[in-house]
Amino acid sequence: MSVDTKNDTGAKVETKPEEVTLTIDGIEVSVPKGTLVIRAAEKIGVAIPRFCDHPLLDPVGACRQCMVEIPDMGNGRGMPKPQASCTLEAMPGMKVSTQVSSPVAEKAQAGMLEFLLINHPLDCPICDKGGECPLQNQSLANGYGESRYEGLKRTFPKPVNISAEVLLDRERCVLCARCTRFSEQISGDPFIALVERGALQQVGIYEDKPYDSYFSGNVIQICPVGALTSVAYRFQSRPFDLVSTATTCEHCASGCQLRSDHRHFQVKRRLAGNTPEVNEEWNCDKGRFGFMSGRGADRLTTPLVRRNGVLEPAGWHEAIDAAVAGLRAADGRVGVLPGGRLTTEAAYGYSRFARAVLGTNNIDFRSRPYGAGEADFLAAHVAGRTLSDSVTYADLETANTVVLVDFEPEDESPIVFLRLRKAVRKRKLKVVTIAPFRSRGSAKLDATLVATAPGLQAQAVAGLQGLDSGSVILVGERAALSSGTLAAVAELAATSGARLAWIPRRAGDMGAVEAGCLPNLLPGGRGVGDASARVDVAAAWGVQSLPEEVGLDASAMLAAAGEGRLGALVTAGIEPRDFSDPAVMVEALEKVDFLVSIETRLSEVAEHADVVFPVALIEEHAGSFLNWEHRSGRVNTVIRQSTAPMTDLRVLAALADAMGADLGFRGAKGAAESLADLGVWEGARPRFTHEPHVERPASEGLTLATWRQLLDDSAGVDHEPDLQATAPVAVARLSVKTAADLGIAHGETLTVSGPSGALSLPTEIVADMVDQVVWVPANSGTPVTALGVLAGDRVTVTKGAAA
Amino acid sequence: MSIDTLTPVLTSNWGDERAWKLTNYERRGGYKALRKALGMQPSEIISQVKDANLRGRGGAGFPTGMKWSFLPKDNPNPVYLVVNADESEPGTCKDIPLMMASPHTLVEGVLISAYACNSHHAFIYCRGEVLHVIRRLQQAVREAYSAGYAGKNVLGSGYDVEVTVHAGAGAYICGEETALLDSLEGRRGQPRLRPPFPAVAGLYASPTVINNVESIASVPGIIGNGAAWFQAMGTEKSKGHGIFSLSGHVRTPGQFEAPLGITLRELIDLGGGMREGHELKFFTPGGSSTPILTAEHLDTPLDFEGMAAAGSMLGTRALQIFDETTSVVRTTLRWVEFYKHESCGKCTPCREGTWWLVQTLRNLEAGHGSEGDVEKLLDVCDNIGGRSFCALADGAVAAVTSAIKYFRSEFEAGYTTPARELFPYEKSALFGSAEDDSRTTTTTSDTAGVHA
Repeated sequence: MSVDTKNDTGAKVETKPEEVTLTIDGIEVSVPKGTLVIRAAEKIGVAIPRFCDHPLLDPVGACRQCMVEIPDMGNGRGMPKPQASCTLEAMPGMKVSTQVSSPVAEKAQAGMLEFLLINHPLDCPICDKGGECPLQNQSLANGYGESRYEGLKRTFPKPVNISAEVLLDRERCVLCARCTRFSEQISGDPFIALVERGALQQVGIYEDKPYDSYFSGNVIQICPVGALTSVAYRFQSRPFDLVSTATTCEHCASGCQLRSDHRHFQVKRRLAGNTPEVNEEWNCDKGRFGFMSGRGADRLTTPLVRRNGVLEPAGWHEAIDAAVAGLRAADGRVGVLPGGRLTTEAAYGYSRFARAVLGTNNIDFRSRPYGAGEADFLAAHVAGRTLSDSVTYADLETANTVVLVDFEPEDESPIVFLRLRKAVRKRKLKVVTIAPFRSRGSAKLDATLVATAPGLQAQAVAGLQGLDSGSVILVGERAALSSGTLAAVAELAATSGARLAWIPRRAGDMGAVEAGCLPNLLPGGRGVGDASARVDVAAAWGVQSLPEEVGLDASAMLAAAGEGRLGALVTAGIEPRDFSDPAVMVEALEKVDFLVSIETRLSEVAEHADVVFPVALIEEHAGSFLNWEHRSGRVNTVIRQSTAPMTDLRVLAALADAMGADLGFRGAKGAAESLADLGVWEGARPRFTHEPHVERPASEGLTLATWRQLLDDSAGVDHEPDLQATAPVAVARLSVKTAADLGIAHGETLTVSGPSGALSLPTEIVADMVDQVVWVPANSGTPVTALGVLAGDRVTVTKGAAA
Repeated sequence: MSIDTLTPVLTSNWGDERAWKLTNYERRGGYKALRKALGMQPSEIISQVKDANLRGRGGAGFPTGMKWSFLPKDNPNPVYLVVNADESEPGTCKDIPLMMASPHTLVEGVLISAYACNSHHAFIYCRGEVLHVIRRLQQAVREAYSAGYAGKNVLGSGYDVEVTVHAGAGAYICGEETALLDSLEGRRGQPRLRPPFPAVAGLYASPTVINNVESIASVPGIIGNGAAWFQAMGTEKSKGHGIFSLSGHVRTPGQFEAPLGITLRELIDLGGGMREGHELKFFTPGGSSTPILTAEHLDTPLDFEGMAAAGSMLGTRALQIFDETTSVVRTTLRWVEFYKHESCGKCTPCREGTWWLVQTLRNLEAGHGSEGDVEKLLDVCDNIGGRSFCALADGAVAAVTSAIKYFRSEFEAGYTTPARELFPYEKSALFGSAEDDSRTTTTTSDTAGVHA
């Protein structure tokens, strides 16, 4: 372990931490000062058995399993009694005798295991943990073969739900307090706690506060026995029947490394991987439990072609021929909407397909509301970068201040939230958030709220003081919706020296930016408007030239399609409800001459399509995701027998072939090599000064604030009802004064109305919220887009439910 | 042995009319020591307490003055004084009668000690079950505020101190000082990991001194009469006076305040001798957590060193006296049942070990034991003792191992013969008729959830 500190010039300087040398079982070992004996022993290959100890949780010393003898504390005096090595810091000159060399330690450990088993049901054959159980394993390694206990075992009715997704079998619990410490220390949701005493002590929940945490699945993974299980995985498989594959989560831009376990060609469960530089050993419940969305009846398995107005199953050749005919007829008047579910390789395939095959820059991955000027910001400040010149998780841990602009990490990038919380807890990191109110996540980060109504973020950003080169500004994808915010953020970073990172919401977004899935950007941060960049790419791709004009962005494409100016649209993984105006989107889908949909599930888009290509689920193909840090995470093939063996890249390559062009690769490996060969642009970067000012129509009503909660009506969590049940209850939030002005009381239903729809929710009155603003979740129930409004627009709020 | 052996200091006014009232306490010279102390430097008071060699009266015997001097000088947080009045060990009965009879003795001690430790807020954490005592304490504290002994600008000295009486909620573990702090902060009382020690990060993570009631109550005497006066009592390393609580099979049980180092023989004499026609079988020197001793220890000095040499501990000087009619198996079971009930559950050996010990001992008491149970008991005790998070389980182990040490054959008899047969319980009953005892074979309520 080393600590990075920064000197005055901001350069990183390695400082060597103080080392202490001690002797364990006769072997000398040096460890950094502050290391616990239990971990020092690991360095010489001695595994001291343990239950409560966890390297990422504060020591508690509760289970007493890790007893060792200390013949010398380093001061010449020994400890008269065995000591718990999980709470004992290594001291210089200390001598430690573990079970390897001390009969006393060995007996103390064996005795402790015997104690743990007297009240533990020996139901290993039906227990989910059996086969991967630390209690089982350590009993075999360090325990007596037989128990001398002949008395009665403590029993409890079983199991009890501690949340919709997590079950507790109390009689299996060894009371190590890992789960309660996780929820208190790591996620900051202290809604489970040990209650009662003695052998009847147990994990309990608050009656009026269920354990609804975005991170609850972690307690199952760190439970050293089978006391905590998930409803989803309970009794589904034995660990030894599962095949494990390391992969990267597809749900958000945090970039969690996962372990995906499958059996019988189905993913049975997903666990957090151990990746200290990204997700440490944690992940969120969406990433852990949300892998069922491809299991529904809407899963596409064969291509579909519209014949006489009806979408019918077709063979691949027919579908490809039909698609090519339609795309040829459009003659370059094509738009590509690849969405955000794609791996970097697949996004690159769409980018190259649009430019080199279709001959257009009409490509935009943004299947969400976005603001004018965002693409220019991305070109100047985000694209064409690598991990080495980006803000990282480690930078968040060492920053002096982190500013959140239009970014709610707990909802929008949960591992960023956990890392910020760690820094807040361990080193009192200062977090400042520019938001309309103090969210649950902000409160857990002890964040200073700069209460800001949507639309006024630019002024709030400009007013921030005290940032320097040790500070970090994290700006969310929603920032572009408020005119001037991105410019203000860029300006603040430039003047203060603070580092800047843009954190999108979806896993494929950063890869799509780097792959050039934007109308103004070619891969690697090359501006479309830069002739030398175009030549660079054209040469690499072996084409004569690339289109010179900046293409249409998503909104422009939809408008053009709606007006009949586009001949064809190619889409992948998009839903109308995600776009700023679903009605415009649907109209475009209806009016466009020809629509190709490349999808895993039959969607609303596919229903309008002329040709639908089924592609593999995330667990059925390989590739990678670029997370917000620009760190690449491998996506590995988990299931090798796919019902839809084609990938996006295979489909695009087949279409290119049939159009007499060459995509350049047919799979992820080739795409990755091609993208790597291009590399990032080393020439001049596009400049970003300010986004065009968009005048919002002034009208009566409240200003709308909204964002998507981590668990909402996202299609990615479909078919996992127990996970969906842990989603936060949808409420509308008002300040005390605004609610009073409207005569709405806490808990009463209110209705938010926009030009094209209305949304009714119970009211939550929030103490430190800005006035004249109403907040609603963006996609929990009726999506906000269905109201025909965006964050920052005026809406009408009335008491009572919609008529 | 004559009454002259006694050294009534803390107990001197217990027989007074309404001894708990401020005026009556003052008539006896009460709060003079506080006035004197306020004229001294805090460091002088600490020196006096150190010179007196007052050792903690809560059981461990740690020098009180030294504990106070461990408080860091440069910590910006406030210093808290916490009095451990959570007296709840079987046999121990000294702090509660003291607070009941003369709460002002404690309050004066608290005020002087807080001043000595530069503390401006003192807490008295009192066992919750003794509501009458809590009321007495609260009343005494109120009187002290009204008289200007507590609150802002104590007796015009410029020193401010707040005194809070806090009621516990019925857990023996809260007598463990760090569990007490957790409880005082409003959490579940479970012992904390040390370090940090309370002197550095105790109550609300601030420097904290935690002392027993009797220790703090002894401070006014030391300040009023001087260290030499206190030093004159007791033995070489165990100085001063202490309350000895006699209970069980003696004619006149009660509290006897005497110099440390008095013997049990002298105390039994003071207590009017053993029950008529009976003789001493065994006793606890300092509550149920101190290993039992037998008649061979009648002349062993009851001081820290004497008891340690005899393989026990002075503890809280709670002498439970049992005569030859008592089944040691049954006594041990009752004590271990107490520890099982009071185990907080935090650590494995205490939580599971006491659960196991109780079941084995119940079998032995009922005569349903098995060959080898005694060895198993000793081995289980070996796996508990010194391995648990705090000292609670060590108390349970001490009861079992010391009883087996002196009366092994009685435990072995439990393989075949019920203890009731060997020691008919009505014979050891002090009060009431034999029928009262017929309930003792029923199981206790905390076995809910056990399948038969």
